[in-house]
Amino acid sequence: MKKIEVEHLNLWYADFHALHDNTMSIREKIITSLIGPSGCGKSTLLRCLNRMNDLIEGVRIEGSVKIDGEDIYQMKSGLTALRKKIGMVFQRPNPFPLSIYENIAFGPKVHHMAKAGELDGIVEESLKAVHLWGELKDKLGKSALGLSLEQKQRLCIARLVAVKSEVLLMDEPCSALDPLATLKIEELMRYLKTDFTIVIVTHNMQQAARVSDETGFMLLGELVEFGRTTDIFTRPKDKRTEDYITGRYG
Amino acid sequence: MKNEIVKEKIGFGVLLAATLFVVIPVLLIIWLIISKGWSALSLEFLFTMPRNGMRAGGIFPAIVGTFYLVITSIAFSLPIGVAAAIYLSEYAKDNLLTRIINLAIINLAGVSSVVFGLFGLSLFVVFLKFGVSIISGALTLGIMALPVIITTAREALRAVPKSYREVSFSLGASRWQTIRHSVLPHALPGILTGAILSIGRVAGETAPILFTVAAFYLPQLPHSLRDQVMALPYHLYIMTTQIPGIPENYRYGTALVLVGLVLIMNIAAVVIRSKFRKKK
Repeated sequence: MKKIEVEHLNLWYADFHALHDNTMSIREKIITSLIGPSGCGKSTLLRCLNRMNDLIEGVRIEGSVKIDGEDIYQMKSGLTALRKKIGMVFQRPNPFPLSIYENIAFGPKVHHMAKAGELDGIVEESLKAVHLWGELKDKLGKSALGLSLEQKQRLCIARLVAVKSEVLLMDEPCSALDPLATLKIEELMRYLKTDFTIVIVTHNMQQAARVSDETGFMLLGELVEFGRTTDIFTRPKDKRTEDYITGRYG
Repeated sequence: MKNEIVKEKIGFGVLLAATLFVVIPVLLIIWLIISKGWSALSLEFLFTMPRNGMRAGGIFPAIVGTFYLVITSIAFSLPIGVAAAIYLSEYAKDNLLTRIINLAIINLAGVSSVVFGLFGLSLFVVFLKFGVSIISGALTLGIMALPVIITTAREALRAVPKSYREVSFSLGASRWQTIRHSVLPHALPGILTGAILSIGRVAGETAPILFTVAAFYLPQLPHSLRDQVMALPYHLYIMTTQIPGIPENYRYGTALVLVGLVLIMNIAAVVIRSKFRKKK
């Protein structure tokens, strides 16, 4: 089942042509990774999927991105509904400088999703989904800034669970974490993919190989190759993909 | 090598001297008004009406007048200034209109205070028929304070890290929700700094209130915003230049009260600010 379809997507930052005619489809409830050297456009492509590039001045986008069959660049309204459906996890864990409870409650509050009495339940469920409830249930009122980096990143994911996101876009979610925490977040991703469609951008090839079901390789704004992760890493079709995964590129 | 060390020492000395040079006038001013004005301070001086052609009695109406002017003008200029800063920092695109607005703000900051006084006279006192009154004076002072409030509030908003906005947007919050919950709480201390700076300026200015509110001699308290009041800086001016035979410590005492009043209002604002900082 296709969740996201990107067709002939081109993007310019003013004069700079950052994405060249990208086409791919992302299947539901699997993990898709985007790999490639720095500056290849993988983060830019990821940010096209929830229209975060709209915030940058001078961006021009052509082509289409369909989510559940609806072109997100054609819909006039509903940008907030889109961002609710397509959640994003950033490179640096970025909890609000509020309490743990308020961090989770922020989304449901701005979307008026919950009556006052229901918030406690949402917070509990969301923290359980990211395996934080046991550690944190007694300090929900404490500032989220006091958590470890791994806990912060889990909390950021729990925030998305709380607004019932369907797609999780992860932009280098582990690059600020140590190897052990990285493995734990990957474990969480595998657990979450039963309910969520996950797209992860990473410059860590091993991570893509470990965690993802499908992989796209990007180079200089071009989506060179897209397919099953095992195929990309064992039988790449394109010479450039082969050069990259065997370490002959940056 | 030795030459380098000597150069370093000279450079250090010059910088230190420049810094001390800034501190000296502050200390001198404080020393001067305290040493010459302290003897005038008494409950009678602070809380009674002036008598005997202002040569005796107190300065109570001027204290109350300045207090009213500061509160009224900040109540007017802080909301408008912050709203404008939010627009400029969060909504405005970098286009011709925005550049014209920014230029206007810079120019407003550069207009001399007596011109503000004339402007207030013609707009508020005459054209809008507010008369010579607290409301005319406070609006004039408020407009004068706007550039400082807008500029500091805008810088405070811009200093809020981009990631706070991004994460809020990425959770589907609207622009206003992002500003309200994610940006403003962090910018509030900086915004209050602008308000604090303005309090000092508004309390101390003479020229803008000269034609719009200040009374030469009015030994009573105002009943409404349409009344004239005495104000500390203008009172100080007339005592120093217009009335012969005023004891010297009365003049310096008035200056001391003016500085003290600004200090008290600033401390109040700093306390509020630190409350907000702690809340984060």
